[in-house]
Amino acid sequence: MRSLWAAVMLTGIYSFLGASWMLILDAPDVAFTEAAVGAGLSTVLMLSTLALTGTTMKKQATSTLLPLVVVSLTGLALIYGTADMPYFGDPTAPAHQHLMPEFMADTVPSIHEAAGHHAETGVGVDNVVTAVLASYRGYDTLGETVVILTAGIGVLLILGGEKRFSSFFADLSLRDVPSMRHRAILRVATKLLIPYILLFALYVQFHGDYGPGGGFQAGVIFAAALILYGLVFGLRATLKVAPPSVVETLVALGVLLYAGTGVATMLLGGNFLDYSVLEHPLLPGVLPHGQHLGILLVELGVGITVAAVMITIFFAFVGREHPR
Amino acid sequence: MNTVLGLYNYWIVIFLMMTGFYVVIAQGNLVKKVIGLNIFQISVFLLYITIGKVRGGTAPILPEDVTYSPDGLPIPPQGFDGWSNPLPSVLILTAIVVGVATTAVALALIVRIGEAYGTIEEDEILALDLEE
Repeated sequence: MRSLWAAVMLTGIYSFLGASWMLILDAPDVAFTEAAVGAGLSTVLMLSTLALTGTTMKKQATSTLLPLVVVSLTGLALIYGTADMPYFGDPTAPAHQHLMPEFMADTVPSIHEAAGHHAETGVGVDNVVTAVLASYRGYDTLGETVVILTAGIGVLLILGGEKRFSSFFADLSLRDVPSMRHRAILRVATKLLIPYILLFALYVQFHGDYGPGGGFQAGVIFAAALILYGLVFGLRATLKVAPPSVVETLVALGVLLYAGTGVATMLLGGNFLDYSVLEHPLLPGVLPHGQHLGILLVELGVGITVAAVMITIFFAFVGREHPR
Repeated sequence: MNTVLGLYNYWIVIFLMMTGFYVVIAQGNLVKKVIGLNIFQISVFLLYITIGKVRGGTAPILPEDVTYSPDGLPIPPQGFDGWSNPLPSVLILTAIVVGVATTAVALALIVRIGEAYGTIEEDEILALDLEE
């Protein structure tokens, strides 16, 4: 296929189909994220790259025979390797024998048997995925959040040039990127959709302990709503809604909130990111306590950083001057 | 026949994976290579998620009135035999977001390469490098 534009759109559709399959496979958290990221964010980023580098590719001069042979051989080797794999959906597969039973058994009891023996180990949120993500594997998730922060800084360094970030953003507001504001159907449909997307993002963020959701999902959905706004109403309008100085601060604030929760648990006498020590006397039964409070805080940190980094990356790509 | 029905998920994943791999090594256009990496990446996500699925299981989100069997495991809601594995979901959830962040870095590099060389075709870039 020579048209890169079509290739990018097909990739978006492929991601969306992948997300649908994940939903069927009992992974709603992952499906949310993949739908927002694959069909939304990465498609927009690729399209903005195409706007800067051209939408058609030249005809291949080299032969495709060698890559085809390499790919077929690798594929056959991999298929040979699957002969030893457990069957699809097999409940006795090794992956389901270790750790998973412990996670399933210990995640909720701290709420339901607060005085019982599980209180020390339990996490107390209903969504096991959230519990594992934010509590059992809290260090790992902190690392992932830092990776996202680093990627955001990297994109700014690569595309922002030698200018300071603040002046790069200041120049942005002077640029007039063509908007689709004059398309009545797009404008009205977007205005109708955006409040619901934002509301859904907040729901996913704060309900992630009880249902599918959490910081990563909410962050990308929130960013997708703002980017949709940017696509239709232009860069200048988006800069008013999300001022770069605020976004810039939020990028770091999220990671600070996550790591700060860890430091707070250490000051309270626990281990780093051990939320059990986060007990407080305020409003029992209304405000979350202990593990639950810790999970809410770090998920909020993740959500803030993810949303801010995605918006920053969008600004960096859209704000780049067209070379020709 | 049993083997085919039991392992078909891996074979779909391998087919998608090899499609992405082919795009990466056979296409000279840098944006196409990133698209290939994306296809490859999603196939890896699907590999993990299919491994996490348990037949007759449901998503690992415990209902509020969940009850426990004597060995301490939560009893799945009516109509389900078990829970699907939460661990692959956790791993892939973070991987997706990190994936889009790294894709953005790759695309940013492509934009700069395009500006410096005036092309994003691999062979033209190599030829320009040899001229110097």
